[in-house]
Amino acid sequence: MREVAIVSRKFAVENSHTLSVAQAHGAYKTLEKLHTLAPLEIIEIIKESGLRGKGGGGAPAGAKWALMPQESERPSFVVINCDESEPGTFKDRQIITKDPHLLIEGILITCYAVKAKHAYVYIRGEYAQYQDVLQGAVDEAYVAGILGEVDVTLHRGAGAYICGEKSALLESLEGKRGHPRLKPKQPEPEWYFGNPTLVNNVETIASVPFIMEHGAAAYRAYGTEKSPGTLLFAMSGHVEKPGVYEAEFGVSMMDYINHYGGGMKNGKKLKAVIPGGASTGVMTAAEADNVQLDYESLRSMGLSLGTGGMIVMDEDTCMVSVLKNLLEFYHEESCGQCTPCREGTGWVDKLVGKILDKRGSSEDIDKLLEVAETMNGKTICVFAPAVSAVIVSFLSRFRDEFEAAL
Amino acid sequence: MSFCFNDANVAKIEALKKRYPSAQALSLPCLWMVQYQEGYISLDAIDVIAEVTDTPAMEIYRVATFYTMFHLEPTTQKRVLVCKTLSCKLCGSDAVLEQLKKHDVLVEHVECLGSCGTAPVMQIDDVNYENLTPTKVDAIVEGLR
Ligand SMILES: Cc1cc2nc3c(=O)[nH]c(=O)nc-3n(C[C@H](O)[C@H](O)[C@H](O)COP(=O)(O)O)c2cc1C
Ligand code: FES
Repeated sequence: MREVAIVSRKFAVENSHTLSVAQAHGAYKTLEKLHTLAPLEIIEIIKESGLRGKGGGGAPAGAKWALMPQESERPSFVVINCDESEPGTFKDRQIITKDPHLLIEGILITCYAVKAKHAYVYIRGEYAQYQDVLQGAVDEAYVAGILGEVDVTLHRGAGAYICGEKSALLESLEGKRGHPRLKPKQPEPEWYFGNPTLVNNVETIASVPFIMEHGAAAYRAYGTEKSPGTLLFAMSGHVEKPGVYEAEFGVSMMDYINHYGGGMKNGKKLKAVIPGGASTGVMTAAEADNVQLDYESLRSMGLSLGTGGMIVMDEDTCMVSVLKNLLEFYHEESCGQCTPCREGTGWVDKLVGKILDKRGSSEDIDKLLEVAETMNGKTICVFAPAVSAVIVSFLSRFRDEFEAAL
Repeated sequence: MSFCFNDANVAKIEALKKRYPSAQALSLPCLWMVQYQEGYISLDAIDVIAEVTDTPAMEIYRVATFYTMFHLEPTTQKRVLVCKTLSCKLCGSDAVLEQLKKHDVLVEHVECLGSCGTAPVMQIDDVNYENLTPTKVDAIVEGLR
């Protein structure tokens, strides 16, 4: 497997969170070049690089930046999504603690390109200790005069998974409950207090300095045609060496798990993998043997790549209890705005609980699929459709286990 | 019992007001300040935040009750947040919960804390304790006194 470190280049450097060490390793070098380019030229470079959003959706970043107005009477804002609450995902915290200046550099480039003077980093409430490290880096950058013309403000969440959804995040950043907004029919920016706003994931923005320094082609030298570049893929669960390891898109999942993860814990056999955070569905060991880690490969299996945070499960794992665990999460975290989601997550959680307790009947499996169907496509955000897809993925692959539990 | 922000927080609020397009954005920062200052969020404090943010008190109350990390009741016990989501569950969070029953702490079951690669995990006073075993749990909790 080809080793590559675009975002994680300084992770192993001691004290890389401090300005002096970061600068000794090349931080902020691209800022000199920045002002020799026009904002629209930078957006063009990002488009050419094929950079895709790393918060789970994989939306092309350049096209999103291009939606921001270059002329506007209202101020424009950049918002960095560090809500990182998707189970199995723990990559953004590596960036804000091990190379926060890379993120700040990315923010400065982004703000220049979309003509914003202020960026907010929305950080989940449980990350206070990591937020402190990023705040330290921001403070140092202000003292050094790197920040000032552009402001960076860290904003702490307070325990709500849904605030990772970009419009819920903006509601929360406005001081409200984190309720997702209705999506517009046409492509447009996000809005923060009615001002045009760009929302990107931490890792997306941390990938920008490399592209600025080395060019779009250098980024495209990694990954696949449609999924260019790299991702901070991660592993947790039953592997020997769980953790975050950067790799290019398109590598084989099993090679990744064996190479970086050191294979299965205690030499057990693989049973199933959740490919990229809880909401991406589940695959069997046989499927894992044959899949590449890029958006298109996962999509073609009816699953998603998500955040690239794989949850690996061995032969002793009970798939009914795994689904129960995930549904408890969704039931707890539904924001409650839409009835199919608020009521549906509770209902499916109860049904699987019944099956797990061996009190279920075959009608309960039918009912489970029926409720899942009702939750799909009838809500403001994609939380409920994701839950629905998770349920279907478990039942289409491990139905025998559910039936055996009846 | 009335509530007042202490001087340090008053200064913080003034500085923060300059960083947002509207005072309403200060509701979460203010709720955090109250919680660190008083240990919990009282209805009196909610009235004060309503004034600072120029937002109806009911709206601040709605916000305070939406986010799970805000506490509207005081407690004398130490709060211990234990992750019960999948990766922690696969790696032994049940044993952590069992062990914590032996201690006089307020255990809260929470969802994924972003430490899945170092599971199981618990959080006390904003600090994550990772790769837990029952023995480690005892040592950490006893070290709190
Ligand atoms: C329920 C839900 C939770 C999400 N959580 C996160 C999150 O924690 N972090 C994140 O960056 N994006 C999250 N997203 C995706 C965001 O809505 C948004 O697409 C992303 O922040 C855009 O940045 P990107 O294009 O750079 O990925 C979530 C989406 C949904 C529907
Ligand atoms: S599952 Fe426990 S920290 Fe992620």
